[in-house]
This record gives sequence, C-alpha cells and structure tokens, in this order.
Amino acid sequence: MPLLEVDSLTVEYKTNRGRIRAVEDVSFSLEKRETLGLAGESGSGKSTLCLSIIKLVPPPGVITKGNMKIDGIDIMKLPEEKMRSIRGRKVAYVFQDPMTSLNPVKRIGDHFIELIQTHEPTIEKKVAIERIKKILENLGILPERINDYPHQFSGGMRQRIMIGLGIALNPSLVIADEPTTALDVIVQAKILDLLESLRDVYEMALILISHDLSIILERCDKIIVMYAGHMVEYASNIELHKNPKHPYTQGLLRSIPNIELADQKLSAIPGSPPNMLNPPQGCRFWPRCSSAKKKCSVKEPPLVDVGNNHFVRCFYGEEGVVGE
Amino acid sequence: MSEVIKVEQLKKYFPVQKSFLEQLFARKMSYVKAVDDVNFSINKGEIFTLAGESGCGKTTTGRVIVRLLKSTSGAIFFNKEDITKLKGEKLRVLRRKMQIIFQDPYASLNPRMRLGDAVGHPLEIHGLARGEEKKKMVLDVLNKVGLAPPEQFFSLFPHQLSGGQRQRAALARSIILKPEFIVADEPVSMIDVSLRTTIIDLMLDFRKELGLTYLFITHDLAVAKYISDKIAIMYLGKIIEMGSKERFFLNPLHPYTQALLSAIPVPNPKRKRKVVELAGEVPSAINIPSGCRFHPRCPYKKAECLEKEPQLMEIEEGHFVECHLY
Repeated sequence: MPLLEVDSLTVEYKTNRGRIRAVEDVSFSLEKRETLGLAGESGSGKSTLCLSIIKLVPPPGVITKGNMKIDGIDIMKLPEEKMRSIRGRKVAYVFQDPMTSLNPVKRIGDHFIELIQTHEPTIEKKVAIERIKKILENLGILPERINDYPHQFSGGMRQRIMIGLGIALNPSLVIADEPTTALDVIVQAKILDLLESLRDVYEMALILISHDLSIILERCDKIIVMYAGHMVEYASNIELHKNPKHPYTQGLLRSIPNIELADQKLSAIPGSPPNMLNPPQGCRFWPRCSSAKKKCSVKEPPLVDVGNNHFVRCFYGEEGVVGE
Repeated sequence: MSEVIKVEQLKKYFPVQKSFLEQLFARKMSYVKAVDDVNFSINKGEIFTLAGESGCGKTTTGRVIVRLLKSTSGAIFFNKEDITKLKGEKLRVLRRKMQIIFQDPYASLNPRMRLGDAVGHPLEIHGLARGEEKKKMVLDVLNKVGLAPPEQFFSLFPHQLSGGQRQRAALARSIILKPEFIVADEPVSMIDVSLRTTIIDLMLDFRKELGLTYLFITHDLAVAKYISDKIAIMYLGKIIEMGSKERFFLNPLHPYTQALLSAIPVPNPKRKRKVVELAGEVPSAINIPSGCRFHPRCPYKKAECLEKEPQLMEIEEGHFVECHLY
C-alpha cells in the first residue's frame, strides 16, 4: 500500500473576479522513503497542491473534487478534529520562509515543547527536552542552544529548526515547500543533504517543491511538472532527464543553465504563463507551444501513459513532439 | 581596449547604530565593512560579473559605482575621469551615461505611473525630449524590449504586467537614455525560469546594438557562466578571485570558489556531486576575521593565514586570486 495516494484532485479558488482552478485533476502516489519533486513556475499550483494534502488550502480555496489517502486513511471525509492529529504526526509541512515562520519572542525549545505537548498531552517536560536535544543534534545544531531565540540563528540554521519542528513527531511524510529558496548555495546543499539523511534515518517520504529544476532532477526519485494547475508530466528523474516528452518540460530543460557545460545555448519559452482567471481553451500550454496544432486549442489533452511509469498530458505524447 | 569603469581601493563602511549607553562607553565606532578594498576594471563592451553569497557586498559595490551610495574611500573612474566626488550638474550629466536595473521589478516601477510615463520619465528629467517626440522614443524602446504592440503597453499600469514583462520595462527605462554602462543587480533572480533567458538575451542584444558595457551582479554562478566575459567572486567585502570566464571555470583556485562551485545543483540525475565541506557560516561583516578573512572556514588553512592578509595576485594570465596557497 502506498503511503500517499492522490486521485484526480481539483482545487479551486472562488474569488470575486471568478473561479481559479489552481489544481486540476492531479493524481499520483508516493511510497515510503521516496522523494517526489514538484517543479513548475510561480502560480503553477505546486503549493496549493501540497497544502491540500494537509487540508490547509487558504480560503477562498476549496477542494472540489478528488480523493486522498494517507497510510490508508481517507482524509477527505475526516473531520477537522481528526485532521489535526494527521498534521504534524503523519504529515509535516516545512514552509518556505525561515525568517518569518518562527515566533521571535519564543525560545527555540519552547517551539518544540508546544508542538510535542499539543500532540502528546501526557508527556513529561523532561522527556520532551531530551527528545528535542536529540533532534537538534541530528540537525547539526548544538543541543545547548535549546534556550536561544530565533534571532540568534542564521537563515540556514533557522531553516534547520523548521525542518526539526517538522520531523519532531516522527511523521511518515514531510512536505518541504521551497525549503532553500531564501538561502545561499552552500547552505542550500547542506539543507538538502540534511533532508535526505533524515528521510533515511526516520524512514519518511519526502515531497520537495522547487522552481529550480536542477535541484529536483538531482534530488528526487519521481518528478511532477506542473503548468497552470495541470500536471503536464510525471516520471522518474532519470526518465524525465533522458526522455522529456512534454514541450513545456523540454522548454524548461533548454532554458536552465548548466554549470558543467561550456558554451551552452539557452533558449527561452516564448510568451508568459496564462492568467488563471481566464486560462486558454484546450491545452493550457498551447499559446506558448511551438508544436501546437489546431486540435490543441480546442480539446484538453488527456494524460497519456507512454510506458515506463511515464505520463504526459499532451496529444503528441506518444510520438514525442511531432505534428500530425 | 578602453576601460569604461575602473575602481581603485574602493571602500564602503556603514556605521552601526548603537544605543546611548553603548555610545557612552565604547571608545570606537563600529562599522559594517560592506566593501573593503575592491579593485577592478571593465573594458568597453565587456560583461563583468560580481558574484557571491548574500551579504558579500556585491550590491553595495554596484550602487557605489553608479553613485547611489557615497564611497567611504577609494576612487571610481568612468572613461578615465574620476567621478568619485562629482556633484550637481556634472553628476546629473553622468547619470545619463550610467544606469542601474534593480532586482525586484515589483518594487522598482511606480505602481501609479503608466508604463509609458515611467519609461519616458528619464527623458524628462534630463530634458531630452517631451510630448510627441518623447512618446515616439518610448514606443520605440518598448518595441525593442519585446513589449509589443508598444501602443498597448504604453498605457498599462505595472500591476497589469507579469514579472518578466515588468523587468523588460525596467530594461527599457534603463536604455532609453542610450547609456554606455549599466549595472544589472540580479535582474533575473525574481523571474520565472522559463523567462530568464529572454531577459538575458535582450541584455546581450543591447550590448551589440548599443555598445553597452555591463556590471552584472548575481548569486547564481550558472547564470554568470552563461553571460559573463569576466567573473569576480566576493567574500566579506573583498574580491577573492577574479578572471576570464574560461580560466575561472576551468581552474578555480580559491578554496571558497571551489566550495561554491561544488554546491551548485546540476540538472542531471546521474551526476553525484561531491560537495566541498566548509565549516560554519559567513562571519559578520562587523567583526571580520584577522589575516585571511576566509580562514575560519577554510579546509586548507595554515598558520600564516591567521596573521597575514593575502593580496590579490596574478597566478596565470588574467586570473587573480587572494590566497596564501598560491
């Protein structure tokens, strides 16, 4: 049984100016110890997708369709009361900005104690503190610093603490939303290594959200490429690198510089992402697609299975990108 | 080749705000040494990149050069003329020739100004054109940066544009005065990946078309490799390595550069990187370590490094490094 199953999930924001389908018909599953990467540009629905896994989509967002199971528990029907014990215990969410996610007037240790006592009301403070010290050690932070305040830590250290809060209750799934975007490369590499080693130590699954396709390709076993709320491609990292099928994925791969190559020729994807209040008819990518045919602007392409556990939402998925 | 920009021993220190009591008892003022003795020159038509982690002083250096910040000491030359102390009318004339593009296109355009007015504003400030003539020039430059049809974009407000389009507008505003030199401060870091290349390619086109020279500031060495002719790495306010793109990437010398390069993610799942381990994190720019400022984190440090500050030395042609190992 997979750890996480998401089936045709659709999330909408009902705004005054109209409905925005931020996530539409997304299905995937995740096993223990696996890392799933979510790649896509800002506004493609990556964060909304992950927030809906813990049922914390901010209003006016509503999950309008789909099924989700965590460890076999159907969370769509779960009342809010029970959902609270899923968050933190089964699924942890590490937010993007380590500078604003910690309470500046609370000691680091108190952040942990509050979390642990909320979920385990009977635990003794002494036991909790021992546990926290152990976690800090695993994060590469001196246990003596348990009584320090957030401002006494650097950005990278604060992100470690955020990750520590995420794993404190030993969840089976950690969702890290752009965990290194605000950090420098050297710190970024350390944080990603830390996540990887914690995944193995605690036998968790990991979902990594990033706009940086390099990180995703390097670190994740499976990859979902999102575009304007659609999952346009879903494959293993090796397969996606070797054999990208969707014109958007191909375009992305052609537009990222690779430090290891000399004299690289980069090319951008023409146009810009659509206004989600008024997305294009048919395939959402067709106005920017160089291989678009008439059909693409009329009908929404289905998710095509091209073998090797590789799925593409494109009419030309099977033949690669060729016209009719 | 003529030098468009030359900086000599440039320093920029910011005083640290202290409480009343601390001021009473402390004998010395303390400073954040954002830029601490930087030397380099940029030839005409070159793209010179300043790279480094946040807080290394790259942005401050850029701002001091275009005279948005006053330098603490040192000299800046523009076309061989010392511009460090220019004032009044002379400074205004200089500003026509040097422009800056900022990182955040959401903050650098006035939300209440229509695009046409914002882009044409420099022409008015410098009294170069107005009315119909101004409009014609604005339409022309909007077209150049790919905001087409320009008539339509002319009357839009910034909030009606995407991040990439805003950055194009910022680029249009910076080239409308036909400058010779542009400081581009992280111009693509806030733009979606699929659109970054368009901005970079526009910058490269303008270099050819208008004979521009750039100081490109970035934290992203992969982008730097794509765009630059020369690269300099800053660490705690100093340039610790500098060289032509080819030599720099082929043969990185400074231990910090090597660590930085090893930490950059590569879009290839089969490649298992070996990240060079660095101890600790960047120290505060208020208390810069003695000797080589990198020594507390350096895996190769020697006794010498703790005491003597290394000097920038030419190791091979056009490749400089500041390290006692060489």
